[in-house]
Amino acid sequence: MNLWRAIVLAVLVATAPALLAGEIPPDAHRSGYSFMGPDTRAMQDDDTSNPGMLFVLDGEALWGKKTGGADKACADCHGDARSSMKGVAARYPAFDKALARPVTLDQRINLCRANHQQAAPLPYESRDILALSAFVAHQSRGVAITAGDDPQLKPFVEQGRNLFMQREGQLNLACTNCHDDNFEKRLAGSPITQAQPTGYPLYRLEWQTLGSLERRLRSCMTGVRAQAYDYGAPELTALELYLMARARGMPMETPAVRP
Amino acid sequence: MPTTRRQFLSLAGSVTVIPIVTLRPLEATPAMLNTAIRNVVGEAPIRTGKVKLDIPPLVENGNTVPMTVSVASPMTADDYVKSIHIFNEKNPQPNIGNFYLNPSSGRAQVSTRIRLADTQKVVAVARLSDDSFWQVTADIVVTLAACTEEVN
Amino acid sequence: MAALINVPSRAKRGDIIEIRTLTSHIMETGFRRTVDGALVPRDIITSFTCRYNGTEIFRADLFPAIAANPYLSFFTVAKESGKFEFAWIGDNGYSSTASASITVE
Repeated sequence: MNLWRAIVLAVLVATAPALLAGEIPPDAHRSGYSFMGPDTRAMQDDDTSNPGMLFVLDGEALWGKKTGGADKACADCHGDARSSMKGVAARYPAFDKALARPVTLDQRINLCRANHQQAAPLPYESRDILALSAFVAHQSRGVAITAGDDPQLKPFVEQGRNLFMQREGQLNLACTNCHDDNFEKRLAGSPITQAQPTGYPLYRLEWQTLGSLERRLRSCMTGVRAQAYDYGAPELTALELYLMARARGMPMETPAVRP
Repeated sequence: MPTTRRQFLSLAGSVTVIPIVTLRPLEATPAMLNTAIRNVVGEAPIRTGKVKLDIPPLVENGNTVPMTVSVASPMTADDYVKSIHIFNEKNPQPNIGNFYLNPSSGRAQVSTRIRLADTQKVVAVARLSDDSFWQVTADIVVTLAACTEEVN
Repeated sequence: MAALINVPSRAKRGDIIEIRTLTSHIMETGFRRTVDGALVPRDIITSFTCRYNGTEIFRADLFPAIAANPYLSFFTVAKESGKFEFAWIGDNGYSSTASASITVE
């Protein structure tokens, strides 16, 4: 297919000259926002024109809605999310003692549903899980990311870093080849960003809906012609954790808008 | 990391630029566009002018393209815009939206977000209170996203 | 499902005000196919109206080329205090409404 030949060519042109750059120093970190055009920025900037806010509103309604065998709402335990959830998403994925591994915010919501609400888990990428997770993460908008600070997470951050650096797929590319070494170049007309996960779940114009970081990671893997990990796979959690740890100090933007 | 031999050979061997081509089975043809416009306008002449179409000339994703259309009009009881009609050339269907205004609109301006399946023309036609028709055409380049998901 | 409405809460009589609406809807075009080749049936909002104290001030016909979660912005002259009512109608009996009030001085 011509499209794929063009993409392969673009990747090769982009990656061939500079594969030496390595990791981006913290003071050079840039949100995906800074790579977007003015129209897409405007869509994110104004809450009444940001379609991600529709999901935040739905999430707010779900937060207060009693559910499951326990007939309890999130609000019954956590109260006003504006105070209780402020900064929480900036710390996720976080270490779960019982499971002895990191869990994502989506997984935490489902653990809460299972343990405290006696409710069935919400499927990955379903409207309700995205709405709840967008509502919770929105409470951290502007809060600096601190995920990965917990020393118990160290081996998992390292696992994520290794996955980020590991070549994969038919195009034999690692995340780092594009997102550390060649950001700001273009791939089939689109700017390559630094892959900073500051705005998830976010509204992607391509998807025409909100989506999780796991969905985005899976698209990238499809893009390099690799077999994407399943939703909930420990590898995706480790990658998410590494990306969040890598973005340490950057402000949360949820719900971001991206092309 | 050094450039691999495989990459270098591919690079060296790929001197010509391969155009990005998408084939879509369903496309509104210019004839369909013309018919759709005539369905609204009838036999009346369409003049160029008065209408302004504000769309980024190079859009980041064709699935959600911000668009603003405005018409130079005093919007008084005697002289106002009755309706604005937006059309496209290459989507599966030529219509995008019809917007109905009146003197109490105050300003003849509407914004929305549209889908453009490919690089193409967008046409806006305004019907004024004297039943004259005015149009503007914009050429939009739609870039394709990299690393998109499998179509399903 | 949610809708976001932006109407100024106060305006001076005669001011031209902008009204912005954003509503949740998939806007399935009816032109897409599943991996098995089956056509995904059309499911779109076909019509939007805005009434100002009962009088229609803006109406739109929408087609599959309108993006998911339709956004519309338009203008009106602030004439009197009261209520804006918004209605979206679509395929498969879809119907939703919202309202917003304004104080005109």
